[in-house]
Amino acid sequence: MTSPALLAAVGEVGKGFVQERSSDTLPCQATDKLFCPDWAWEHLDRYGTPTVQHLELVVISVLLGFAVAFGLALLAHRRRWLQTPLLGVTGILFTIPSIAFFFLLLPITGRVRHTAIIALAIYTLQIIYRNTMTGLANVPESVKDAARGMGMTDRQILWQVELRLATPEIFAGLQIATVSTVAIATLAVFAGGGGLGKPLYEHISFGTNIVLSGGIAILMAIAFGVLLFGLQRRLTPWRRGATTI
Amino acid sequence: MSTLPLPHPVLASLEGAIEFIFTPQSSNVTGGKKVGGIDQVVELTLNQIELSLLALLLSLLVALPIGLYLGHRGIGELFATAIANAGRAVPELALIAFMATAIGVGVLNLTIALAVLGVPPILANTFVGINQVDRASVEAARGIGMTEFEILRKVEIPLAIPTIFTGIRGASIAIVATATIAPLAGVLTLGDFIINQNVYGDSGVLAGAIMVSLLALVFEFSLAGVQHLLTSKGLKLRSA
Repeated sequence: MTSPALLAAVGEVGKGFVQERSSDTLPCQATDKLFCPDWAWEHLDRYGTPTVQHLELVVISVLLGFAVAFGLALLAHRRRWLQTPLLGVTGILFTIPSIAFFFLLLPITGRVRHTAIIALAIYTLQIIYRNTMTGLANVPESVKDAARGMGMTDRQILWQVELRLATPEIFAGLQIATVSTVAIATLAVFAGGGGLGKPLYEHISFGTNIVLSGGIAILMAIAFGVLLFGLQRRLTPWRRGATTI
Repeated sequence: MSTLPLPHPVLASLEGAIEFIFTPQSSNVTGGKKVGGIDQVVELTLNQIELSLLALLLSLLVALPIGLYLGHRGIGELFATAIANAGRAVPELALIAFMATAIGVGVLNLTIALAVLGVPPILANTFVGINQVDRASVEAARGIGMTEFEILRKVEIPLAIPTIFTGIRGASIAIVATATIAPLAGVLTLGDFIINQNVYGDSGVLAGAIMVSLLALVFEFSLAGVQHLLTSKGLKLRSA
């Protein structure tokens, strides 16, 4: 049973979303087929808007999450006593399922896209924070000593030495966070956030629709993964040839 | 009190949610039949715990042996990395919908679908944990006459426990979260309160969200406890 409120929330896609366009072909939904290439090809354009919405959700929430997590990591790097509490708090926020988070935020923010974006951004905090801290911790003490010996200030050491050497770990965190967010953003439909979850949820037993919506999300995740990996290689030319997980 | 940033409606909806958890409420669509209340909340909570534990167990049964074997032999790094990355890219909603459409609804099918989410983090972390154990320790163990199995059980696994548990906890988070949308595939869990807003009302939705969050935290803290119990005394001393 689907709630009217939810249908209203996903209303943009409308009831006719998966209906056949050409009436002379056998209706794909009437068959037991898991995937009808003809239908997919003919109706692919209907997934344009949800895909763009999905992309927006992911980019905005990851950027927001990165800004906050990176800021927290820099703060904790200066004030060591903050490290454990921040890891604990972001860990607890990471544990709470995003679909529950949407509805915990809903009384405060209302059923708008912000709700989904805030919940998705909070989900990325732990991953990015932890990776940034690991990256900073992995910088050898001898390198910092050398920088200090050259007369660099703490601020210069942070921005010109430590953060640069921590780039691979920071990017690994960003990559994991982005790929996960692409997948989880399909749940944003429950908070009225749109995206690829919208067509998916509205016609949840129509195989071709599931394969298309899910497939686009998976392709988007792969594209982000490859893009961020390439960017990391460009930013850390000295590591080229070294393997990273 | 006017300086409090929390608007009053938030407190009111919180009150409604707590009331929903403990006493049955009337609903607009069930024809007088009351919904919610402690009995139904407990029933759905137990369903979600059962489903999540089954899926976690299945993931462990599949992922642990493979991760231990590959990690011990030091082969298949690319495979472990690839499966971890692929696992993160799977959209939960599409996975549940696809399993329900392709192989049907029910507890067994859902357990398999959820285990698909649990296997990648456990396998990858087990591999990394075992593989990164200092080779010198392994050689020393071999030198004092341990068999390969003994090396794995007495040296590699104890040293890899923290990393292995990072994977298990990651799997648990994904499984409990996704078990919330299990009602879409015909298994009633706490997510039913969230998904069927027209039956349970806004109080029911918020109550469901609160219960799901608590359940996820209980899973996380229980696993942290199990990890503490399984960590060898020597390692605890070292980290203290």
